[in-house]
Amino acid sequence: MAKISKEQVLHTANLATLAISEEEAEMFSNQLTEIITFTEKIQNINTEGVKRTIYGNDNDNVLREDKAIRTITQEEALKNAPSQENGQFKVPSIMD
Amino acid sequence: MKYETVVGIEVHVELKTNSKIFSPSPNAFGEAPNTNINPKDLGFPGTLPLLNKEAVEYGMKAAMALNCEIASETIFDRKHYFYPDSPAAYQISQDKQPIGEHGWIDIEVDGEKKRIGIERIHLEEDAGKLTHSSDGSLVDYNRQGTPLIEIVSDPDIRTPEEAYAYLEKLKSIIQYTGVSDVRMEEGSLRADANISIRPVGEEKFGTKTELKNLNSFAFVRDGIAEEVKRQAKLLDAGEEVQQASRRYDEKTKKSVLMRIKGDADDYRFFPDPDIPPLHIDEEWKERVRKEIPELPDARRARYIDEMDLPVYDAQVLTATKEMADFFEETVDHGADVKQVSNWLMGDLLGYMNKELKEIQDLPITPKDLAKMIELIKDGTISSKIAKQVFNYLVEEGGDPEAYVKDKGLVQISDEGELTKIIGEVLDANEQSVTDFKEGKGRALGFLVGQVMKATQGQANPQMVNKILKEEIEKR
Repeated sequence: MAKISKEQVLHTANLATLAISEEEAEMFSNQLTEIITFTEKIQNINTEGVKRTIYGNDNDNVLREDKAIRTITQEEALKNAPSQENGQFKVPSIMD
Repeated sequence: MKYETVVGIEVHVELKTNSKIFSPSPNAFGEAPNTNINPKDLGFPGTLPLLNKEAVEYGMKAAMALNCEIASETIFDRKHYFYPDSPAAYQISQDKQPIGEHGWIDIEVDGEKKRIGIERIHLEEDAGKLTHSSDGSLVDYNRQGTPLIEIVSDPDIRTPEEAYAYLEKLKSIIQYTGVSDVRMEEGSLRADANISIRPVGEEKFGTKTELKNLNSFAFVRDGIAEEVKRQAKLLDAGEEVQQASRRYDEKTKKSVLMRIKGDADDYRFFPDPDIPPLHIDEEWKERVRKEIPELPDARRARYIDEMDLPVYDAQVLTATKEMADFFEETVDHGADVKQVSNWLMGDLLGYMNKELKEIQDLPITPKDLAKMIELIKDGTISSKIAKQVFNYLVEEGGDPEAYVKDKGLVQISDEGELTKIIGEVLDANEQSVTDFKEGKGRALGFLVGQVMKATQGQANPQMVNKILKEEIEKR
């Protein structure tokens, strides 16, 4: 039984706005299932009493003082924009 | 069928820090587009967020003022969605471990007190601003990264009026803490309402709709009332309420469908590995707690109990911190409590409403208002002339005493001078004198008016009355 179904693959692709075909979904379903099955070995490790690890180091409370710094200009900000208008980025029409 | 309304409100409040929550770009409203940004705000690869300490403390302050428990450990999460207002394609927010939880606000509707629970308060970043046109959408990222707190109420609200009272109270409390301007017209306070209805007695919640983009508290109130009516009509007809985002059209006074919510939104939250966790110890909490000023409820109680002000006055004067501070400072300058209250609630609020200005935008100072009240009290100016002086204080500002001298507005209380003027008025209005003597009381009012006219309103009214009667007797 596939652990990652074709539907899950399609749903994920949709969330990531990736266009994939039915065949690709089938293929990724199998591949992802293999990967998940492989990494499942980790489940056999006894982690009782081990705190959840989110971060790669033990830092905490890394904070910045509230000082405002202006770094780039409007021109610099828009330099790489494919399209712009009135100092703003222009993107294809988006309406809710 | 009889239904019960169930409403929960989500409020977003922009925090007025100097810089953004995860980058040092200036946090300012109303500047030229795309000038308050840096590569982090634009979501460039390789940039890292660095949390603003002040934003954290502002969030703590707001949460404390709303009676929340402050988390001892809190983390930030990524909330994913694709939309041009979010250049990183995720918003940094807080999911499972918000900075504050389990708070409440006490409200009052028609004299009835009620407690509305606050489920949570979390910190997050605001998105950019989109403007739509026919051939594309324009994006300004100045707002991207502005620190926000989202305040989520429990579904405790049962009427549109309770929703209105909740928002008013929330705004007032936040405003007192000084962490935000809470100006709805500038978008520094935004409210969405989750609305459902259920048959009276039923425990299970009905399907809810979310009313978004509400531009004023009155529209929140009216929008809820309208949406409740719409839902009741559907249920009565045997139809179902569809889970959706809707907006309230202020012109047609109808709620309009925006977007149907299929499956629950899938934002794929996960902890942002770029931001280390935050540990907030008791010492930090206490230090922040000490910075919270006296809140509106406490002030109101003090005005009633210690200053003997009527409940209504106390309520109006404590609605904003600026007004309450102004009131107290004027009283500290020695002015009579009730006099100050009357001037602020009457003339000052009237002027503010007419000009759509806040007290802090006006040149009037507590010291000058106290002085003006003193000038009325010691008889230097009449209360009628005081209105003119007051206008000068709110429009130009300055020393009322110098203004009164300068413009020659000092009240005429000199008996000899008044007697002379009154003599002239009586000479010119012999008919009225006769009328009065024949018992026509109204004639006296006319003569007083003539004296006031002759002195441009500067005659001391009590003295005018007294001398007038004496002089008529002599004739």
